[in-house]
Amino acid sequence: MVNFLIRRLIAAIVLLIIVSMVTFAIFFLVPRLTGASTADLASRYVGKTAGPQAVHEVEIRLGLNRPLAVQYWNFVKGIIVGSHYNFGPSKVYCGPPCFGYSFVNQTPVWPDLLDRMPVTMSLAGGAAVIWLVFGVTTGVVSALKRGSAVDRVSMGIALAGVSLPIFFTGLLSLAIFRDNLKLFPGAGTYIGLTQNPVTWASNLVLPWVTLAFLQAALYARLTRAGMLETMGEDYIRTARAKGLPERTVIVRHALRATLTPVLTIFGIDLGTLVGGAVLTEGTFSLPGLGKFAIDSINSNDLPRVLGVVMVGAFFIVLANLVVDVLYAVIDPRVRLS
Amino acid sequence: MRRRTSLAAVGAVLALALAACGGTGGSSGSSGGNGTFNAGINSVVNPSTKAGGTLRFANAGDWDNVDPADTYYGYSWDFIRFYGRALTMFKPGAGSASQQLVPDLATNLGEHSADFKTWTYHLKPGIKYEDGTPVRAKDVKYDVERTLDKATFPNGPTYFNDFLDLQGYTSPYKDKSPDKLGLKAIETPDDNTVVFHLKKPFSGFDYFAMLPATIPVPPAKDTGANYKTHVMSTGPYKFENYTPGKSMALVRNTNWDPATDPNRKALPDRIEVQLGINADDLDNRLIAGSLDIDVVGTGVQAAAAAKIQSNPNLKKNADTAPTTRLNYVQISSSVPPFDNVHCRRAIEYATDKQAMQTANGGPLSGGDIATHLMPPTIVGSKAINPYPSGPSNNGDLAKAKQELQACGKPNGFSTVISARTERTKEINAALALQQGLAKIGIKAEIKKFPQGDYFKLYAGKPDYVKKNGLGLIMMSWGADWTEGFGFLSQIVDSRVIRDAGNTNLGVEDPEVDKLIDKATTTADTTARGAIWAQIDAKVMDDAYMVPFLDVKQLLYRPPNLKNVYISQGLNGYYDYAQLGVK
Amino acid sequence: MTEPDAIPVQAPRAFLEVRDLVIHFPTDDGLVKSVDGLSFGLERGRTLGIVGESGSGKSVTSLGLLGLHNRKNARVSGEIWLDGQEIVGSSPDQVRRMRGRKMSMIFQDPLSSMHPFYTIGAQIIEAYRIHNDVSKQVARKHAIDMLERVGIPQPDKRVDDYPHQFSGGMRQRAMIAMALSCDPELLIADEPTTALDVTVQAQILDLIRDLQKEFNSAVIIITHDLGVVAELSDDILVMYGGRCVEYGAVEDIFHAPEHPYTWGLLGSMPRLDRERSDRLLPIKGSPPSLINVPQGCAFNPRCAYGELNEGRSETERPELREIAPGHRVACHLDRADRQRLWEEEVKPKL
Repeated sequence: MVNFLIRRLIAAIVLLIIVSMVTFAIFFLVPRLTGASTADLASRYVGKTAGPQAVHEVEIRLGLNRPLAVQYWNFVKGIIVGSHYNFGPSKVYCGPPCFGYSFVNQTPVWPDLLDRMPVTMSLAGGAAVIWLVFGVTTGVVSALKRGSAVDRVSMGIALAGVSLPIFFTGLLSLAIFRDNLKLFPGAGTYIGLTQNPVTWASNLVLPWVTLAFLQAALYARLTRAGMLETMGEDYIRTARAKGLPERTVIVRHALRATLTPVLTIFGIDLGTLVGGAVLTEGTFSLPGLGKFAIDSINSNDLPRVLGVVMVGAFFIVLANLVVDVLYAVIDPRVRLS
Repeated sequence: MRRRTSLAAVGAVLALALAACGGTGGSSGSSGGNGTFNAGINSVVNPSTKAGGTLRFANAGDWDNVDPADTYYGYSWDFIRFYGRALTMFKPGAGSASQQLVPDLATNLGEHSADFKTWTYHLKPGIKYEDGTPVRAKDVKYDVERTLDKATFPNGPTYFNDFLDLQGYTSPYKDKSPDKLGLKAIETPDDNTVVFHLKKPFSGFDYFAMLPATIPVPPAKDTGANYKTHVMSTGPYKFENYTPGKSMALVRNTNWDPATDPNRKALPDRIEVQLGINADDLDNRLIAGSLDIDVVGTGVQAAAAAKIQSNPNLKKNADTAPTTRLNYVQISSSVPPFDNVHCRRAIEYATDKQAMQTANGGPLSGGDIATHLMPPTIVGSKAINPYPSGPSNNGDLAKAKQELQACGKPNGFSTVISARTERTKEINAALALQQGLAKIGIKAEIKKFPQGDYFKLYAGKPDYVKKNGLGLIMMSWGADWTEGFGFLSQIVDSRVIRDAGNTNLGVEDPEVDKLIDKATTTADTTARGAIWAQIDAKVMDDAYMVPFLDVKQLLYRPPNLKNVYISQGLNGYYDYAQLGVK
Repeated sequence: MTEPDAIPVQAPRAFLEVRDLVIHFPTDDGLVKSVDGLSFGLERGRTLGIVGESGSGKSVTSLGLLGLHNRKNARVSGEIWLDGQEIVGSSPDQVRRMRGRKMSMIFQDPLSSMHPFYTIGAQIIEAYRIHNDVSKQVARKHAIDMLERVGIPQPDKRVDDYPHQFSGGMRQRAMIAMALSCDPELLIADEPTTALDVTVQAQILDLIRDLQKEFNSAVIIITHDLGVVAELSDDILVMYGGRCVEYGAVEDIFHAPEHPYTWGLLGSMPRLDRERSDRLLPIKGSPPSLINVPQGCAFNPRCAYGELNEGRSETERPELREIAPGHRVACHLDRADRQRLWEEEVKPKL
C-alpha cells in the first residue's frame, strides 16, 4: 500500500510538471510559432495607446524577453523558494509557494487562489452531497421499479437534467426563486461560511441545487444502469436463496457493488469541480476557481492561468488518488492484485 | 420505454419554461416608477437632494485598475470621481451642458502661454486627503510622474508621455532626486501651483487636466502597483475595502469639504460594488430592483434588451444613451485596388448601412446610422452625408457602379474583410457588408481574428494588412472625451502610425495632419470644433472610412434610483457622482 | 348429506411434491413457457436428478422451488408442497423464511455466485444468522465448523478470505458449507460441478453424497450431464421443452430408457472407454424455442423416429404415462417399437 502510494505521488508530481509545461507552451510557444515577437506578447499587457517604449518596459518587467526555459525555471523556483518582484517604489518578496504576480493587475496569484478555493469547495461540496443522495436514491428506486411510472418520470427528469445547460437552469432558478418568489435574496453573492453560516448556506442553495440537478441526473442514470446490472448478478440470486430480506439484498449486496463504479466517477467529478465549476460559478457570480480561470484566460493572464491550472490539476490528481485508495478499501480484489 | 422517457423529459423542460414565463410576467418589483423612455438624456430623472442609503453598483468584470495612474475605462473615469479629484472635470448636468469643463481641484481652468506650451493651475486651498493631510501641488505632479511609468502602470492613456517635455524622464521609481519629483516638465513653485511644460502646443490641455492622472497621490503613501488596494481619497468617499475580482465598498470621507466642491452631490452614505457578476443576471437584478446600477454602463445584454423593448413598464425606465463611439469600416489604401479613390468610394456607396445597423441590435440597442466620422455629441460635429446610401440606407448601387467604372473595375473585384472573432455583432455587421458588396460584384472574404491581438498583431499592423490584403477592416472607436482631438487624433493623424498596435489603420494625409496642428493651437472651442469638422469632411471625401453606426447603449435605471441623468461629457454614462437612493 | 364439503386439499404424500407446476414469462416477443406442467415427488434422504439441455426449463424449475421468481414478471401456478407447506400460494415473506433454512441451493459458478466484497465467513455467517438468533461469535464458530466439514483446510484462517482467494473447488466447498449452514431439508444443486475441472468434480460429488447421508436431506441435482446423475441420483427426471419426457429410477433410465430424447442424452454422454471419434452421438438440431413450442411432441422436429407413428407426434402432445412401476414416459411410439429400437439400434452404438 505504501509502495502504491509513493508511486502514485511521484506520478502525480510528474503530471503536474507536464501540465505546467504544456500551459507554458500554449502561452508562449504557440504565438511564437505563428510569428509573434515577445514584444507582441508584451503588448497584450499595456493600454491601448502605449508606445513601443512602454511595451518594451512591460516586456522586461514580465520577463517575457528572456528565454522560455529561464522563464519556466523562474516559475518553478518561485514555487519552491519564493521570488522577488518589482512593485515600483520597492521590491516585494513573495514567499513560497509563489505562483508569481498577475500580468494584468499585479496582485500575487497564490493568495487569490487561496481566497477562491473555499468558494469552489463550498459549491462543489454542498452540491456533491445533494446530487449523490438524490441521484443514487432516484437511480436505485428507478431500477427497482423498472418500467413503472416512477421510473419513467424520474428518468425523464434526469434526461432533461442532463440536456439542459447550467447557464439556462441557473438563470431560470434565479429568476423564479430569487426575483419572483423572493426566496434566497442573496443568491448570486458569496458570503463566507465563517462570516455567516446561515447566509452562506441560503445563498448557495440555488447553485447547489442547479449544479446537483445536472449531476444528480447523471448519477441517477448511472446508478440505475449499475443497479439493473447488479440485480442480475449471480450473487444477488445467492443472497436471496439464503433467505435474506429484500432490503438487505438491495442495501448490503446490490447497492454496495453498484456504488463502487459510481464512487470512482464521483471522486473524479468532485476533483474536477473543485478545480473549477466554471459554468455554475459564472452563472451565479461566485468568485471561485472556475470563474478565476475563465477571467484569467480571457485576459491572457499567464501566472494566474498557470496557478489555477496547477491547483485544478492538483485536485484532480488528488481525487484520483483518493478514489484509488477507496477503491482498494471497498473492493478486496483490487487490494491484493 | 425510451419514447416515454423522452416524453417525460420534454414535459419537464416545458414545466420549467412555463414556470419561467409565469415568473417574468409576475415580476415587476422595480418596473414601476414615474420615468419616461429616454428622459435621462436631457433631464434629471427623480431629482433628489436627500442624503443617505447605500448605492449598489455591480460590474460584470472588474476595473482595469482603480489607481488614478492606471485606468483607461470610461466608466472608471466617471466612478473615480467618488474618491479622487482631478484639476478639472466635466460640469454636472444633463444634455450638452455637461460637455463643458469646470475646475475641480483647481480654482480656474488652466492659464496658457501664447504658444499653448505652458499651462498653469492653482489649487483651491483647504483640500485634504482622507487622513486629514493637506493636498499639495507636488502630489498632483507625483501622480502624473507615476502615469509616465508604463512598466508599472501600463493601462492608462499616454497623453502626458506624448505631450510633456519629458527630457528623458521615465518614472518616479527610477528618479534619483530625493523627493522623487525630478520631472522638469512640471513645476510646483509653491504648494498651490502646478505648471506644465509641453514639447508641442496643445490648446485643449484642460481636457488632459480632467484625466485621472492629475488626481493627487501623496508620495509617502505610494506603494506602486499595490496602491490600488487603498487609494488615498480626496473625494467625498474613501475605500473601506477593495478585493479585486470580488467587491469594493466606499464610505463617506469626513475630510472632504463640500465647500471646496460644488460639483458633487454625494448623496448616499455608502457605495458598494459587486464585481464579476454574471452579465445576464446583473440585468435581471437591476430589473428586479436588487441592484441600482451597472457600473460598466455599456448597456444591457440582448436578453434584457428584448424584455425592455416589449414591456412598456420597463421601457419607461430605460435610456438609449448616445455615446462618442463610432462603428466604421476602414478601407486600406495600401491594399489594391483601394489605392484608387474611386474603388474606395464604390464601397462607400454600396454599403448596406441599414443591414449593418440591424446586425448591431437596431435603433434601440444598437444606434443610429452614421454618415460621417464625428458622432453628433462631439463638440463641433457637423452633420454631413457625402455618400447618400439611398432612402432606406440600403446602398446606392447605381452610384457605386459608376465609381467602380471610374476605378477601372466595372465588374468588381475580390478583397478581404477582417473582424474580431469574439464580437458577434461585428461579425454579423461584416456579413451584412459582404452581402451588400456582392450586389456590385465585389467578392469579400471574411477573416476573423482574436480581439486581444487585433491591433497588435493583425489589423493594426500595416505590414500584416498589406501582406494579407485586408482591404476592409471592421473597426469601432470611441473618443476619450467629447472633443475632436479626443476622437480623431488617434485614428486620422498619420504621425501616430507605428509598426504595430495602431488605431489609425491607414489615413495618411499631410493636409489632415496640418489641420490637426491648427486645431491644437486654436484656443476658442467653437473655432476648434469647426476645424475638426473640416478634418472629418476631408477624410470622408478621400473615402478612407465607411462610418455606419453612431453607437447608442440601452441603459436601465431602476425607479428607486434618484438624480439620474446621462452626462454627454462623460461619453454617455450616467453621472455617478450625483446619484442618490433616497 | 346436505351440501357438499369443500373440496379437501389433497394432502401431499411425499416430503416434496410438485403438482402441475407452470412457470411462464410474458415478454415483448411472446409468452415464454419455461416450465409447462411439471409434477414429481421426492422423499427425505433421496436424490433426484433433473436432466436436460440448456433451455429445457430445469434451472427455472429449481428457482421456482425456492420461490425466487419475481411475481411481477413470472406467472407461476401449480403447487409445490415442502414438508406440508405449500410454496406457490404462500406470501413472499413466508417463502423467504423457508429459503436457506428448509431449502437451499448450490449454484453453478461459485465465483460469480458469491459476493466478491465479503469474506467467505461473512457470507456464511450472514446466512446462518438470518435464521438463527445467535451472536456473531457463535455464528463465526459455526461457519468455521461448516468449512471444516466440507473439507477446507485451516478453516479458522480461510474463514476470513475473500472468494477470489479460494481455488475453484474450495469455493464450491465453501458454497456448499453456506448452503448447508442451516441444515436444510431440501438441497438443490444446480450444475454444481460444471465450472470445475474433472478431478475436483468427483470430490465435490462425493462431498454432496456424504453430506446428504449425514443430514438425511432430500437432494435435487440439476445437470445436463448424465454422468453426474449416475453418480448421485436415485431417480432421474428428463426434461424437454419445459416438460417431463421421462421419469424413472436410475436403472430404468440407464438400462431401459424409452424416450428417444433420453437415448440422445445417453449418446452424448462421454465415456472413458470409447474412442474419441465416436464418443458422442449428438442430438441433431437445437432445443425448441420456449415461445413457440411445437404443437405435438416438443421433441418431434429432432426425433429420428417421428415417422413411425403416422404423424401423431406432429399434432398431438404425448401424455406422461406410467409404463412400469415408477417409470413414466411421454412418447407416442408403441412400447414394443421403443424397446426394439433401444435394443437394436441405439444401445449397440453407445
